[in-house]
Amino acid sequence: MTRHNPTSEADACAIVAEAAAQRTPLAIQGGGTKRAFGRPPQFESTLSSSLMTKVTLYEPAEFVISTEPGASLSGIVRLLAEHRQELAFEPLDYRPLLGSDGEPTIGAVAAMNLSGPRRIAGGAARDSSLGVRFVNGRGEAIKSGGRVMKNVTGLDLVKLMIGAHGTLGFLTEVTFKVVPSAQRVATLCLVGLSDRTAIATLSAALGSPYDVSGAAHLPAKIGGGARTLIRVEGFPDSVEYRLGELRSLLKAFGTAEVLADGTGKDLWVAIRDATVLAEPRDKAIWRISTAPTKGPDVAALIARTIDARWFFDWGGGLIWLACSTASAAGAATIRAAIRQAGGHATLVRAPEDVRAAVDVFDPPVKAIARLQTGLKASLDPAGIFNPGRMFPEL
Amino acid sequence: MPIAFPIPDEAVLGRRGEILTGLGQLVAPEVLIISEDERRAFETDALTAYRRMPLAVVLPSTTTEVSTVLKFCAQNQVKVVPRGAGTSLAGGAIPQEDAIVLGVSKMNRILDVNFENRTARVQAGVTNLAVSQAVAHEGFFYAPDPSSQLACTIAGNIGMNSGGAHCLKYGVTTNNILGVTLVLLDGTIVEIGGEHLDSPGYDLLGLIVGSEGQLGVVTEAVVRIRRAAEGAKPVLFGFDTSEEAGACVAAIMGAGIIPVAIEFMDKQTIEIVEGFAKAGYPLDVGALLIIEVEGSDREMEAMLARIVGIARKHNVRHIKESRSATEAAAIWKGRKSAFGATGRVADYICMDGTVPLGQLSNVLKRTGEIVASYGLRVANVFHAGDGNMHPLILYNVNDPAEQAKAEAAGEDILKYCVEVGGCLTGEHGVGIEKRDLMRFQFEERDLRQQMRVRAVFDPAWLLNPAKVFPLDNRLTA
Ligand SMILES: Cc1cc2nc3c(=O)[nH]c(=O)nc-3n(C[C@H](O)[C@H](O)[C@@H](O)COP(=O)(O)OP(=O)(O)OC[C@H]3O[C@@H](n4cnc5c(N)ncnc54)[C@H](O)[C@@H]3O)c2cc1C
Ligand SMILES: Cc1cc2nc3c(=O)[nH]c(=O)nc-3n(C[C@H](O)[C@H](O)[C@H](O)COP(=O)(O)OP(=O)(O)OC[C@H]3O[C@@H](n4cnc5c(N)ncnc54)[C@H](O)[C@@H]3O)c2cc1C
Repeated sequence: MTRHNPTSEADACAIVAEAAAQRTPLAIQGGGTKRAFGRPPQFESTLSSSLMTKVTLYEPAEFVISTEPGASLSGIVRLLAEHRQELAFEPLDYRPLLGSDGEPTIGAVAAMNLSGPRRIAGGAARDSSLGVRFVNGRGEAIKSGGRVMKNVTGLDLVKLMIGAHGTLGFLTEVTFKVVPSAQRVATLCLVGLSDRTAIATLSAALGSPYDVSGAAHLPAKIGGGARTLIRVEGFPDSVEYRLGELRSLLKAFGTAEVLADGTGKDLWVAIRDATVLAEPRDKAIWRISTAPTKGPDVAALIARTIDARWFFDWGGGLIWLACSTASAAGAATIRAAIRQAGGHATLVRAPEDVRAAVDVFDPPVKAIARLQTGLKASLDPAGIFNPGRMFPEL
Repeated sequence: MPIAFPIPDEAVLGRRGEILTGLGQLVAPEVLIISEDERRAFETDALTAYRRMPLAVVLPSTTTEVSTVLKFCAQNQVKVVPRGAGTSLAGGAIPQEDAIVLGVSKMNRILDVNFENRTARVQAGVTNLAVSQAVAHEGFFYAPDPSSQLACTIAGNIGMNSGGAHCLKYGVTTNNILGVTLVLLDGTIVEIGGEHLDSPGYDLLGLIVGSEGQLGVVTEAVVRIRRAAEGAKPVLFGFDTSEEAGACVAAIMGAGIIPVAIEFMDKQTIEIVEGFAKAGYPLDVGALLIIEVEGSDREMEAMLARIVGIARKHNVRHIKESRSATEAAAIWKGRKSAFGATGRVADYICMDGTVPLGQLSNVLKRTGEIVASYGLRVANVFHAGDGNMHPLILYNVNDPAEQAKAEAAGEDILKYCVEVGGCLTGEHGVGIEKRDLMRFQFEERDLRQQMRVRAVFDPAWLLNPAKVFPLDNRLTA
């Protein structure tokens, strides 16, 4: 097995061209923290971004940053913080859940379209992505998008690359739009609500004019009693005002207390990274996306058949669920519930044999599968990038 | 050089009768438009300097009908130009003689609104404004707001990934669409996305938005709706020079303040607009900004105080706050009617380049020089907060020499946008207009990769085939 560590895009092109000619599968690797995510790949060599770590452009006044893929996420977050800025999509960190170490890279954040609680207000990683450069499976350096906020020149290959889990190309540069950091962040908490009432509360908050940037519910089974959490961010006076308005708006659902800043902050990190479900480690973890009001039904439907614990983010639209790894980690039950409600389910954590046997991502309908296979072939004709990582056929 | 159209396929033209008969057997008579008189309405879009008469026009009212028609076209190798309201400024919906126009304007119903989930399912031919109007009674709105929102459709917005004045805060179409029903060329109907976020697999939704009708026909969409802020207030800021106004925009954003909208107008535009809309714009300034803030009264005041402080440092000469809904409407009326008002004083082509914010002043200056060097005039009105510039180059459409000059000046400006790190189009799309400029922004291999992706959906290049990519280069796999 070879480990390739290109130092430049040109370098990466040569490596990929050679691998394509030999039809050698390449596992694209950043920090190696998501090794246990996705389907176990078949690979002979790895293509690592570890030596491509430069920030290539940062214009704080223009809210734009471009970096090579191997730059560490934590380094980027620190650099932005020096200028009171941040990534709008609040990328999550899978390390606690997957029990992995290593440094998550910005390239992998892009490749996995990782976004946290602020997804509902600030969009996903794909929404902040302005441009990419990547090496396609022909060993050609391709660029799409750029560094400006609006760009509709040609097909949006940026979106295609973000979230492709490294199956379409090796990202060599990513450009993100960033936002000013909020001067104050505050969290309201209502205790003791049922799932259904909690989601109704969150819907009311999100449907208000008060710019809610986080809306989650931790049911009693998670521990610490049922807590329904609402976050607002911005200039201090504005946050203060909105907290007041939200408390009176939500009176019908219960009393909303403002959490101490530190407590609130820790809770949002725990929600972002789903650490509240990390233990026990032998449980499988699913991430389920559905329409917010369907969230409680989906969870209840699943709980009828299998023993599970869960919590909600994204106002009810994101369910993190832990269950036994037996019976293919409950895949049949979970996917049946989703079919009824609309949405999709991703198996985030499970032992390798389970991930090899169960579709990690929802299997697409035939017509979509055909388009995906076509896209894979158009970008990676020899099928060398992360074969089998997303779907068996990709 | 005038924009080239492909030479129509004689064989298809020769089969016109047969094609019409075939289509006639598939759809109701009122769906199929054959007569020359009626077809004429579809001859062009908002790039009116160019027009071509289509073979026929089909206006289906269901997804199934769209599927039937596309399948027929695929089997018979007939080209198809998808169309919403035909307000494209890039010639995205301009037909060609050997193609049918497939318009979705009859599919204009709002199918479902879910305020709790903050989504609406709409037919693709509904107008942009109608979506906002349908949810306004609960205080909601649909965020992307092109100036053409009264006429343009969600289908066209998806085709072009359209934006508008308020996109600075709320994003463009691609950030506000959750799902589409798409009919592929072979008639297959697929659902992409839905009421949930982030579908598994490749981001097909992201690829469809902005694909200019080349990948499939959109018949329905699930859009995000948002609760409007408690209040909104546009404020006019007048400056002596464009440079000062541009620098002020950069300083506001640099201070971490992101208003909902920052719109820019130069002297030429102010004069034209004021003469038409009587919006009460000051005439003794060199440039105007409309900055809109939103929130509660207290929040707006606090943010405005910050903005005014910055504007004063940039020698603002004139500040006019709207004190009532009527005054606010007047301020926006001027801006929203800028294109129409300009059209009354001269013919124009509207350019649409985007540049890095730090380059705004520089590009404005260069734009003036370029247009002057062709002996023409320019009016600048644009979304300054995201660097999306719209020089309107004024010329006389009946003078071919002037038209050629205007187009050449436009080309020079767009090339300059690319040179300073920007792009050819921020929201209007490539269409036919910027098709031959694509090589200035992209390397040949970038274009080839895009074309290969396109070919996955439409290997025979039947959907809107003469748009976006230079005509001399068609890749199929
Ligand atoms: C010694 C060794 C042992 C391994 N053991 C296992 C194992 O037990 N189980 C297993 O599942 N895998 C294993 N792998 C596979 C390998 O670590 C991953 O599958 C690799 O392909 C993804 O990188 P990552 O896990 O380091 O995650 P990250 O680096 O965190 O990347 C996450 C995702 O983003 C993609 N990505 C990262 N950077 C880029 C980029 N620049 N461009 C495009 N996409 C990018 C990755 O391909 C991956 O899909 C092993 C690899 C090695 C070298
Ligand atoms: C006065 C004026 C002001 C404008 N202001 C703005 C502005 O502020 N911001 C902005 O972004 N644009 C603006 N535009 C441009 C234009 O309105 C937008 O591009 C709009 O989105 C086009 O919508 P439409 O319904 O008219 O689409 P059309 O012009 O009919 O089509 C646009 C594109 O979408 C494709 N398409 C149409 N329907 C479908 C479908 N069902 N499936 C797949 N593809 C389809 C077409 O093939 C074409 O490529 C303006 C235009 C005018 C005339």
